[in-house]
Amino acid sequence: MSKTNGSYEKSIVVDGLTKKFVGFTAVDGISFDVRRGEIFGFLGPNGSGKSTTIRMLCGILEPSGGNASVLGIDVAAHPEEIKQRIGYMSQKFSLYDDLTVIENLDFYGGIYGLKNDHLAGRKDFVLEMAGLKGREHELAANLSTGWKQRLALGCAIIHEPEMVFLDEPTGGVDPVSRRNFWEMLYHMAETGTTLFVTTHYMDEAEHCHRLGFIYQGKMIALGTPDQLKQQHMRGEVIEIAIDTSQEALRAVVGAPGVDEAYFYGATIHAKVGSVKRDMPAVGKHLKSLGFKGFSVQSVQPSLEDVFVNLIQDTR
Amino acid sequence: MKRILMLAKKEIIQLLRDKRMLPLVFVAPLLQLILFGYVVQTEVKHIGVVLADNDRTAESRIITEKFTNTGYFEIEQRVNGESQITKYIRSGQATLGLIIPKGYQSSIKNGRTAELMLVLDGSDANIGLQAQQYAAGIIAARSQEIMNHKLNSIKAITSRISTVESRVRVWYNPDLKSVNFMVSGLIGMILTVITTILTSVAIVKERERGTLEQLIVTPIKRWELILGKILPFVVISFIEVGLIISTGMLWFGVPFKGNILLLLALCVAFLFTTVGQGLLVSTVSRTQHQAQMTAWFFMMPAVMFSGFIFPIENMPKIIQLVTYLVPLRYFLVIVRGIFLKGVGMEALWDQALILTLLGILIFGVSVFRFQKRFAD
Ligand SMILES: Nc1ncnc2c1ncn2[C@@H]1O[C@H](COP(=O)(O)OP(=O)(O)OP(=O)(O)O)[C@@H](O)[C@H]1O
Ligand SMILES: [Mg+2]
Repeated sequence: MSKTNGSYEKSIVVDGLTKKFVGFTAVDGISFDVRRGEIFGFLGPNGSGKSTTIRMLCGILEPSGGNASVLGIDVAAHPEEIKQRIGYMSQKFSLYDDLTVIENLDFYGGIYGLKNDHLAGRKDFVLEMAGLKGREHELAANLSTGWKQRLALGCAIIHEPEMVFLDEPTGGVDPVSRRNFWEMLYHMAETGTTLFVTTHYMDEAEHCHRLGFIYQGKMIALGTPDQLKQQHMRGEVIEIAIDTSQEALRAVVGAPGVDEAYFYGATIHAKVGSVKRDMPAVGKHLKSLGFKGFSVQSVQPSLEDVFVNLIQDTR
Repeated sequence: MKRILMLAKKEIIQLLRDKRMLPLVFVAPLLQLILFGYVVQTEVKHIGVVLADNDRTAESRIITEKFTNTGYFEIEQRVNGESQITKYIRSGQATLGLIIPKGYQSSIKNGRTAELMLVLDGSDANIGLQAQQYAAGIIAARSQEIMNHKLNSIKAITSRISTVESRVRVWYNPDLKSVNFMVSGLIGMILTVITTILTSVAIVKERERGTLEQLIVTPIKRWELILGKILPFVVISFIEVGLIISTGMLWFGVPFKGNILLLLALCVAFLFTTVGQGLLVSTVSRTQHQAQMTAWFFMMPAVMFSGFIFPIENMPKIIQLVTYLVPLRYFLVIVRGIFLKGVGMEALWDQALILTLLGILIFGVSVFRFQKRFAD
């Protein structure tokens, strides 16, 4: 993709960005930057302020304080100037259900002012990329979630934006579709598009170049996935394969040497000071309480472990 | 400009695919027209009369016959005292009570003013008003006859008195055909309903689905957005107006007397108020359902206080003051003036001026609110 404007160094620079709603601060003085061409993952639990941040960066919401520039342009001062150059895929897959695939693309293409030949070429590209060839005349309403999501992405990038914001693009989508979708994102990143993605999926987070973790409106960690694992994981993790009942969780929490424990998929993860010292004690403790048929092993902390840890630390 | 057309085109495609809205837009107004047309046509004849003829003279029989001969009235009951009249009107068996007092004929003979008493059931103001008008017409006609008769006998004595010829005429709507009144009124009603509901629902639908937010991140300007959303409904409104006028003329034989271009131009002024209302409704509604409810809430006063169904002059003074705030009030005067009387700007300029000012006010406020409430 051609990048005409090279006058900025960082795709996003955010400094002390704040959004207050009546009587409550949704985004609380966050600062970070996003480099050109990277996939930046923006993580955080529900209600932590991810969408609010994205909406400020896209010029939908006016910030209550702080500065944010996107592609070198101050979003609060000149929200109109960035619009032609960014794409936004909202949390809701904002398509027109009662329009067909091609009508949706035509509409957004027209709104972005693409001319006939150019528009035709872009539509072709998007249909190809999204695998929607042959389904041009289906109503968007009749597409399954995975296809809708790809069409929504297609509409968001029809005008070849330099920077794309994606707000939980894979919510409610099956694993295969998620994988396909991420392949599209990689492809875009390779061709120079900067991506800002929020997600709840840790496997997706692992695939980002850099991550920011927001919690209760505050940015509590920032860095590459590896950096985060190294810097924010004090202690080690053991994994207990046991029936995931509240009873079992209470037992693990009560074991000697365990700082905290939480469900992790179909297992329980426990953070301990040292695997070597504490792992046998945990096993013994569980046996003494009458648990049978479980196994305990040491594991590499995952991003999820890191984030559980981070949240516990903040409390 | 291209963006506005894109948006308008999208809006029309969506409307054509909307199985719920489409009939509302095109079939409902015609049904309403035909329904209203027939309702007013049939109801207005055969108005039930309860008669108390306390005079029982030739003269009292004549006036009674005049009432029944027109076909508008039918004697349901003859009673003796006035007290019984109330009973029949209360129970709805009669709409009009006609009381001919004792000495009616002798008053006429002696050249004094004879009095007839009419008791009217005002619960259905439309029928009530019609009945009142018919009755007044009949009585006026009779007194004219009496007067002419007297003048003639005077002339026989002295030829120096020339004939006084004066006839009572009902202007503008000679048959008192209420369907004319209704058809013209319906233009205002239907424009109100269609544009207010469609505009508000079309915008709230986008907000509900999140596509409005999607539009905000595109380079589309807000005025382009507003125009693009409104334009299709304005066009549709004009189609409706044409449809109603032609159906009214062809089906019900309502005469169109005025200048159609003037009517259409003033429609634009009126549409500013209704589209403005629609925008305003969209800024206070989160869901389409809410928008529809709120739109009705806005339109109720339009129906009640505009003079569409209930004549304004029959309303209590306070309510009459309220009606000055209802744009439809002015528009109805304009439509009926142009449609039925064939009058032009010289007779309507004050109504048109107020309507235009109201349009600018309502539209301005709602665009302002819309801008502010754009995002959330
Ligand atoms: N317009 C608004 N007015 C008031 N409060 C709001 C508004 N928009 C969002 N909030 C609140 O701000 C907080 C942050 O919301 P936000 O949508 O940014 O969270 P999120 O991180 O995107 O969550 P999720 O993962 O559920 O999408 C929430 O508590 C939300 O209720
Ligand atoms: Mg969100």
